[in-house]
Amino acid sequence: MFGFLFGRRKPKLSQAERFAVATQLQLTWWRFRRHKVAMISAVVVALFYLVAVAADFLATTDPHATDSRTSYIAPQPVHFFEADGSFNPYVNGLKGVRDPKTFKLIYTVDPSRHVRVDFFAPGYEYSFLGLTTNTHLFALRNPERGDGIFILGTDQLGRDVWSRLMVATRVSLTIGLVGVSISLFLGVLLGGLSALYGGVIDTVIQRTIEVIRSMPTIPLWLGLAAALPNDWSVTQVYFSITIIISLLAWTDLARVVRGKFLALREEDFVMAAELAGASTGRIIFRHMLPSFMSHIIAAVSLALPAMIISETSLSFLGLGLRPPAISWGILLQDAQSIQSLALAPWLLAAAVPVILVILAFNFLGDGLRDAADPYG
Amino acid sequence: MIAFITRRLLLGVLTVWMISVLSFAIIQLPPGDFVDAYIANLAASGSSVTAEAADAMRQMYGLGQPVYVQYLKWITRIVTGDFGESMEWRRPVTEVIGDRIWLTLLLSFSALIVTWGLALPIGIYSAVRQYSLADYLFTLVGFLGIAIPNFLLALIIMYFAFTQLGMSVGGLFSAEYALAPWSWGRVWDLIGHLPLPALILALSGTAQLIRIMRANLLDELRRPYVVTARAKGLSERWTIIKYPVRAALNPFASNIAYLFPALVSSSVIISIVLGLPTVGPLLVKALVAKDMFLAGSIVLLLGVLTVIGTFISDLVLMWVDPRLRHQMD
Repeated sequence: MFGFLFGRRKPKLSQAERFAVATQLQLTWWRFRRHKVAMISAVVVALFYLVAVAADFLATTDPHATDSRTSYIAPQPVHFFEADGSFNPYVNGLKGVRDPKTFKLIYTVDPSRHVRVDFFAPGYEYSFLGLTTNTHLFALRNPERGDGIFILGTDQLGRDVWSRLMVATRVSLTIGLVGVSISLFLGVLLGGLSALYGGVIDTVIQRTIEVIRSMPTIPLWLGLAAALPNDWSVTQVYFSITIIISLLAWTDLARVVRGKFLALREEDFVMAAELAGASTGRIIFRHMLPSFMSHIIAAVSLALPAMIISETSLSFLGLGLRPPAISWGILLQDAQSIQSLALAPWLLAAAVPVILVILAFNFLGDGLRDAADPYG
Repeated sequence: MIAFITRRLLLGVLTVWMISVLSFAIIQLPPGDFVDAYIANLAASGSSVTAEAADAMRQMYGLGQPVYVQYLKWITRIVTGDFGESMEWRRPVTEVIGDRIWLTLLLSFSALIVTWGLALPIGIYSAVRQYSLADYLFTLVGFLGIAIPNFLLALIIMYFAFTQLGMSVGGLFSAEYALAPWSWGRVWDLIGHLPLPALILALSGTAQLIRIMRANLLDELRRPYVVTARAKGLSERWTIIKYPVRAALNPFASNIAYLFPALVSSSVIISIVLGLPTVGPLLVKALVAKDMFLAGSIVLLLGVLTVIGTFISDLVLMWVDPRLRHQMD
């Protein structure tokens, strides 16, 4: 342990020896590390979840606050330097102009007015890990009414798209996680039972899986989601939607679990454990589970994007989460009509994180699946 | 072979039964019985139902009796072709749905053909010319196809068609044919409008199938029998098409059973974005308006027709793939 103090070195291992003594986790990691795209994807996914945790901190304006003055403001950049080159971040303020034809007051960007942007500055209040705080990554100093940092513009009701996108990331990503957890529980339970007992139980579960897979799921989801009472709170709807999605999505995981379970049951080390007198529980959890854990993780990371797409589609159609909840699907709902899209193309901004996160999860899942069998 | 067909048929019947139970659940789920909802709906639009008429309706649907009795009454009426009446439209459900259900199936079926038509040649090309420029290109397109939910793709394509080309790509008919009765002109118009939505619908399935086909064919191409065939002087094209491609098709075939339901499923969302006259927009409208008879019937019809479609595609595959025909004997 204190070898380095006395000049004793760890014995230098050759490549093959290192391989031979490595644990399965190490082997998986080495294999995974070689898959460059999967590594990058892992970082992207991690960043997304970081955004999910720090959503309110990254938001600049209250995502629920509406203001008729800031309706459909085009994306505004944050200027970091003044005209004379000094570092002094600012955004342009708004000014009201009378439309000469309709005499309607419309608000446009006033390039002559600079509103200072401060870092780690106070903004709207939010609670983080039970603490109430108002610190944001950046916020305006002394804003007038209607001023705001509109990096991605605003929607019809004058809400800041960037701030809404941050909060939506949290909702959409956690719905994926919660949904996958429920699916995983069902999948492992039913897949495991199916493989463990065989016979009638296996037949029933396998037929159920086939039946569910041959049904058109979206109409069913829509029907079930529409049956949720209108007066339910955001949280109740959130969990019901998650459960509806995962009730029809556990089948792939169950198939993976059952397949791996059946394959491993024939392995020598399971036979050895049996002969040594290990109980069924010990064989499953101590000997078999570590072997197919990595496969389950890979299957989960491939199931997550499907979950996220499901929620986005449901909310997009207005039958998933309901306002005031904010998710990617709800943001995209604003972009549903071609008229508003032509008027405010920045409303499509939510499409970018959807595509990015699904791509990243798919590459990550591919990489994990390849790495899951380090001996292969 | 008989065993295979019987198995598929039984599974189909089981699926239809489960779909019917779920559709019934969808009709039943909103609080209060649906005769109450019906009366409330009528009252909202200014007309009323007499107490006797309401009682007669309750009697007809067996309300107040155990759920399974209600289910049986409902399903026997369905089997005889009586789907009930849409509350919102005040017309029989079958009349409201009309052509839309067939257009839905036509769209899904076209997408299925596009999927096969694209995935097969591209998959073969990508495997035979592995790591070529086109292979990378197809892989990239494939990944994008998986990553972009197809309703988003429809939105993006519509946006660019509108802003760049100044045209509207929605709908399945031109304006003059939208409400016209069926004629050759209308059919021709439909054929002209069908490819774009079918392509959008097909993209994600195609992307997955290309990857499966490529991986399978790559495995097969390394087998010794391919070397033997080449050594015997068979032409390269014939060697590949005659043996490894046919062997690689098997998982391709088993995937089809799940492809069709997925296509029918996605067609609902795409139709709403592109404004297609399929059952999709009708279903969502019915659900939002809590017109449960209409919604439940659409779910049921879609489900049943999907099962029939899948069964037919199974039969076709069995006819094409000799191994499927013989493995069950």
